[in-house]
Amino acid sequence: MAAISRDDVAHLAKLARIEMTPAELDHMASELEQILGAVKRVQEVATSDIAPTSHPLSMSNVFRDDVVKPSLTNEEALSGAPAKADERFKVPQILGEE
Amino acid sequence: MTNIHSTAAEMASALAAKEISSVELTKQHLDRIAAVDGKINAFLHIDKAGALEQAEVIDKKRASGEKLSPLAGVPIAVKDILAQKGIPTTAGSKILEGWRPPYDSTVVAKLKAASVVILGKTNMDEFAMGSSTENSAYGTTQNPWDLARTPGGSSGGSAAAVAAFEAPLAIGTDTGGSIRQPAALTGIVGVKPTYGAVSRYGVVAYSSSLDQVGPFARTVLDTALLHEAIAGHDERDSTSINAPVPQVVAAAKRLDVKGMKIGVIKELSGSGFQAGISARIAESIELLVAAGAEIVEVTCPNFEYALAAYYLIAPSEASSNLARFDSMRYGLRVGDDGSRGAEEVMSATREAGFGKEVKRRIILGTYALSSGYYDAYYGSAQKVRTLVKQDFDNAFAKADVLISPVTPTTAFKIGEKSNDPVAMYLSDIATIPVNMAGIGGMSLPVGLADEDGLPVGLQIMAPVMQDDRFYRVGGTLEAALLSKWGQPILSKAPDLTVQK
Amino acid sequence: MTLDYKAATEKYEPTLGLEVHVELNTNSKMFCSCATEFGASPNTQTCPVCLGLPGALPVVNGKAIESTILIGLALNCSIAPYSRFARKNYFYPDMPKNFQTSQYDEPICVDGFLDVEIETDEGPKVFRVDIERVHMEEDTGKSLHVGGSTGRIHGAEYSLLDYNRAGIPLVEIVTRIIPGTGKYAPQVARAYVTQLRDILRSLGVSDVKMEQGSLRCDANVSLAPIGSGLLGTRSETKNVNSLRSVERALTGEIERQANRLEAGERIIQETRHFLEESGLTRPGRSKEQAEDYRYFPEPDLVPVTPDAKWIEELRAKLPENPADRRKRLQREWNVPDSEMNSLINAELVDVVEETVKLGAEPTRARTWWLGEISRLANEKEVAPTSLISTAFVAEIIALISSGDLTDKLARQVVEGVVNGEGSPKEVIEKRGLKVVSDDSALMVAIEAAIAAQPDTAERVRGGNIPAAGALIGAVMKATGGQADASKVRELLLKHLGQG
Repeated sequence: MAAISRDDVAHLAKLARIEMTPAELDHMASELEQILGAVKRVQEVATSDIAPTSHPLSMSNVFRDDVVKPSLTNEEALSGAPAKADERFKVPQILGEE
Repeated sequence: MTNIHSTAAEMASALAAKEISSVELTKQHLDRIAAVDGKINAFLHIDKAGALEQAEVIDKKRASGEKLSPLAGVPIAVKDILAQKGIPTTAGSKILEGWRPPYDSTVVAKLKAASVVILGKTNMDEFAMGSSTENSAYGTTQNPWDLARTPGGSSGGSAAAVAAFEAPLAIGTDTGGSIRQPAALTGIVGVKPTYGAVSRYGVVAYSSSLDQVGPFARTVLDTALLHEAIAGHDERDSTSINAPVPQVVAAAKRLDVKGMKIGVIKELSGSGFQAGISARIAESIELLVAAGAEIVEVTCPNFEYALAAYYLIAPSEASSNLARFDSMRYGLRVGDDGSRGAEEVMSATREAGFGKEVKRRIILGTYALSSGYYDAYYGSAQKVRTLVKQDFDNAFAKADVLISPVTPTTAFKIGEKSNDPVAMYLSDIATIPVNMAGIGGMSLPVGLADEDGLPVGLQIMAPVMQDDRFYRVGGTLEAALLSKWGQPILSKAPDLTVQK
Repeated sequence: MTLDYKAATEKYEPTLGLEVHVELNTNSKMFCSCATEFGASPNTQTCPVCLGLPGALPVVNGKAIESTILIGLALNCSIAPYSRFARKNYFYPDMPKNFQTSQYDEPICVDGFLDVEIETDEGPKVFRVDIERVHMEEDTGKSLHVGGSTGRIHGAEYSLLDYNRAGIPLVEIVTRIIPGTGKYAPQVARAYVTQLRDILRSLGVSDVKMEQGSLRCDANVSLAPIGSGLLGTRSETKNVNSLRSVERALTGEIERQANRLEAGERIIQETRHFLEESGLTRPGRSKEQAEDYRYFPEPDLVPVTPDAKWIEELRAKLPENPADRRKRLQREWNVPDSEMNSLINAELVDVVEETVKLGAEPTRARTWWLGEISRLANEKEVAPTSLISTAFVAEIIALISSGDLTDKLARQVVEGVVNGEGSPKEVIEKRGLKVVSDDSALMVAIEAAIAAQPDTAERVRGGNIPAAGALIGAVMKATGGQADASKVRELLLKHLGQG
């Protein structure tokens, strides 16, 4: 396994939206490498003939009826908002567009 | 005379017999919290007014002859990871400081419906990531047995509150051992029910496929009473099991294990476990044999990979679950000075709002899920999960329940492992396989380790939705231990009102 | 020298790919019980689940699954016996959890197709569009940008978020690449989206209103020199919100790409936005690096495993394919193409069919709906179907066929019904609109007309039948238009020995 570089961590931190200082990146890189060194053991036994388990119980088809139930009020919905305006969540400018 | 040292069952009967009111009982506990929580730091939020108001309503209902549930009027402490309407819910994180949910988690709603008095919210490792409460953004909880030691975690606040007689009952969550390990380290009973037995709705998610809510109490029966109050199908949790709750209270009262086969897991015994722990476990096995159980040795060869798999699966799911903490809709917002865009404010907030361990796991999980690494890490971890399940299936083919120690060591010193993540992760080596397989497990206090006089926990595990089995075994062993010692082990804990 | 569209497609072969997002018309959202009504006031259709509050958990709307399976079946897909939801992880403020619950490598419907017919230089031609997958996901909230260049205070820019739309069920229908359309690529795309829209509407699973965003199309296109057998780099055009725009956007994009290639420039794989006013596309924000969505199975949801019985029950519910149905009705009604298209464009096929089912003669049913009723509807700026029921139209047509009403009278009846004067019977009664069919009363008028124009009557007697027109006109005038002209003609000619 390749060593984890500061750039690797910087990329991960960007994907995870966590601002990190260069010192933090370095520290995280060495910790991540240490942890990955320990956890990569899973590869020793994870052969291709084993089916992955993503969920402890085998359940399926859990559905809800298409019935409307009361929503939160606008006030309740916005109750935790760091900022609000015009019945909406007020947030810093969203750059770019979709 | 009913007091804070009584069991929840005793409190419930005294309340039912009107020997004490819920208001009196609640006041006794609030007084105890006021007296000792400065030392323990079990609570993040004490809802004095709310608890007394609730107690008064319950007393009135009782006075009017209304039929109440078995635990009506008994106080409880709730881990700060469960949403409670209007009450601060932080999950031990700065990023949620001041957040008051506009809704109740299903478990809190059930507690309210069962007329249990909620005293407040307990301390925990941030987002349940940790084994000591040292990762809480609001200070570490101290172990009532030794204030220099941790109570374990992540549900350390709940465990310490019960061990310190601040509450007879508490709610915790267990993702890799977060109920069983602190129960073991504080000398109380803690149960991680079968995955899906208790609703996760309203529980701030750490690792969705592993998280499970469960009860803490000082006796097996009390634990069972709380288990029954919170378990059951919930249509708001798609992974909730739609089947009747096992009869855990009846099982706890059964006090008989004749003919039961108890499997001792070879890989979770012997070297790697503190001598005093192994000695207490051996003693428990003797008591079970004396009570008519048959002991068989089982082998679970893949358990040694479970820890590694856990530290891939849980951080991966966490990296996604914790993405919502971005300062847009609730919680902390940092750096919104009008010059920065939403993306920058998100990153600044997450940097400031998450603690070190949380960031570490988010980064680890982001890595394990990223393209090119998914199969090698997350995918492989899921295969290990299959193997761990197979190990359990094979073991349960030979035994009705399985046993092991809960932890490799008794309570460790605060600060001892906090700079060594991998060493800290090892605290969960015996508890993690249970979460991986989705089965239930109990931590039962089985005495004190000779070398340090600290509590030892025995883990009892049963197959999916057979949670009654570990209550049966736990109840029987608890009774045998009590008659051996003459008093509950918590009576050996130091007096907090004089301890410095 | 720039290439126009014709020159561009003479040199380059376009390859299409279309992704259509459809908002389902379920009562409640995909994973929670909030209402889905369009236009509700901001953040009043939200709950812990669709706001992504800590601790909230999703539960799948069974109706949404059913609708998606229906769509898959209508598009000739296989329904997967096992499918799962996955989390698509990326941060965006209008997405409350910062992941979208979607489907990734285990979609619910796969491998379908839709045949679309377009008019080519050589006549009608059918193109088969292969459908790769139909999967479920959830919509995002809506953001509103405030301030900026139009704002009054410098630096006061911010965005406002409304999560009413967050969590509304979306179905994404993805085609495989569509090769071989040549210069018809834009028409094929338009025909595909049109036909898809009609199918979705016939299934009753969506409002399919492109202008409200309940049906959205992303159009991918790439160019390669004709005959090269190569596949070029594609662009993806978003914000295409009408059928006409699908065609315009692709035409524009093909021209743009061709001209870049002509100039020796590379095509950048990017997302472009369609500009309705100019018909051109502009580039979206270029991403510094390819997004890594870190998909993994959604642990809060369990797999969807529809059994064969359920699928067959749903298959039995499938309505006739709209294109087939139209062909059948056109045949049954014996309608020329142009008329049929008018009916389709006016969205009147259903009502005409219903009116015919109630016994009306097809040609009359078509003419009345497309003519008088549509005219009135235009005046009032409402839908024709909101003016009058099919039952009333059928009743009026029956009265015309039996000779009890003339067309002229019938128009007055329609007007009366539309004005709320009651049922056709009541209007006829109130307005006294009965055709004068009493022979003796008519005979009085006929004799009066003959007496007034003896020369004309003589000519008719002499065999000059067309001359009768003047006499008939006089009778009609005398009866205030309430007589049935054909009846008058019959009686008159008989009276003059020509019957």
